[in-house]
Amino acid sequence: MATNPMHQFNVYRIGPEIKIDQIDISFTNASLFMIISCVSILLIFNLGTSKKNIIPNKIQLLAELSYTFISKMINDTAGSKGKPYFGFIFSLFMFVLFCNMLGMLPYAFTVTSHIIVTFVLASFIFIGVTVIGFIKHGFGYLKLFVPSGVPIVLLPLIVVIEIISYLSRPISLSVRLFANMMAGHTMMKVFGGFVISLGIVGGWLPLSFSVALTGLEILVAFLQAYVFAILTCIYLNDALNLHH
Amino acid sequence: MFIRFVFYYLILSFALFTNVNSAESGGMPQLNPEFWISQIFWLTLSFGFLFIILSKFILPKISNNLELRKSQILENIETAEKQKKESENKIKEYETLILNSKNQARNYFNDARKKIQQDINKKREKLENEINEEINNAEKEIIDLKNKAPEKINKIAMETSADLIKHLIGEEINNSSISAIVEDLAKKNKDKYYGN
Repeated sequence: MATNPMHQFNVYRIGPEIKIDQIDISFTNASLFMIISCVSILLIFNLGTSKKNIIPNKIQLLAELSYTFISKMINDTAGSKGKPYFGFIFSLFMFVLFCNMLGMLPYAFTVTSHIIVTFVLASFIFIGVTVIGFIKHGFGYLKLFVPSGVPIVLLPLIVVIEIISYLSRPISLSVRLFANMMAGHTMMKVFGGFVISLGIVGGWLPLSFSVALTGLEILVAFLQAYVFAILTCIYLNDALNLHH
Repeated sequence: MFIRFVFYYLILSFALFTNVNSAESGGMPQLNPEFWISQIFWLTLSFGFLFIILSKFILPKISNNLELRKSQILENIETAEKQKKESENKIKEYETLILNSKNQARNYFNDARKKIQQDINKKREKLENEINEEINNAEKEIIDLKNKAPEKINKIAMETSADLIKHLIGEEINNSSISAIVEDLAKKNKDKYYGN
């Protein structure tokens, strides 16, 4: 059972079953790791802001570097209008990053390897961006689906394609993160299983693969968090600065 | 070649392995909706909590700190530039001071030299004047003496000639006749005696 590569994604209840009107909201291992991520983020950033040194210490430098990193990312993609959404994008990036990174610990649960989690995040972003777009531009936001400079004959086709691509945003955003995390962790589990099954004689090759994959997965964990955040910025840019 | 073989082998075993196991556990746990609501609930709760704490308390602190650092660094640079300018001014002041004092020293020296020279000149003039006066006096005396000399000589000549005559002849002769003769002789031989 432990060698099943999909076993690591199982969600199980921790503690008693909590039900509100027949809806099960029990505390699970997924909830535990969400809370661990949030607490560790808050802990690190609280430590990073407790002292106000002119020359920052290590943890303060970490907090300030991540601040300027996200702030620069928003400024580069969405311009100065994206500033009010800085808090949300910062929390989003940090949450996804910490969930991904905590998932790299042995026996840890990867929150972002569950489609429902990434889909909820992505659809929240999708709905939020759409609402912002309609608030900022009214029905003019629908111009997003009508690119300028397209021949009139092609226009119906292009509009349909644009609408489909717009509607598929939450799916692509969520599936990208979920699939990356699931595939990576499954691969690692599989190679880990091979190390055991091939034993001391043949186990070295999958072990080296496993080591290499760990490095790759840490990179992917960061990269997917970055991609998630930057795509959010790009969608936000579409809603804030309508220039298609 | 060997690596490729091993790779194929691994992939094949992976396929078999997963088939066996997925048959056993029933596919992806992600698609099991049993805990979906729970996950959504806890995600909203934890992410909302994280978002509120970060954007209300922590991010303003970081941005404040960054601003503070920026302004402080700018301030420091400003004060450094000010102090640099001040020090440059001080150096200039110092240089002008040194130049002035050098000039002053030269002036003092020149003044002193002039004074000394003036003093020397004055004293020399005084001395020269005194010397000239004395020379003049001496010359006057000499001229006086020179002028008086013929009279005296005449007188002496008269007296001696009178005495001589008295001794020789034993008779006194009229003074006036002797003096007439002496004067006559003196006039005649004046050039011979005095040379001018």
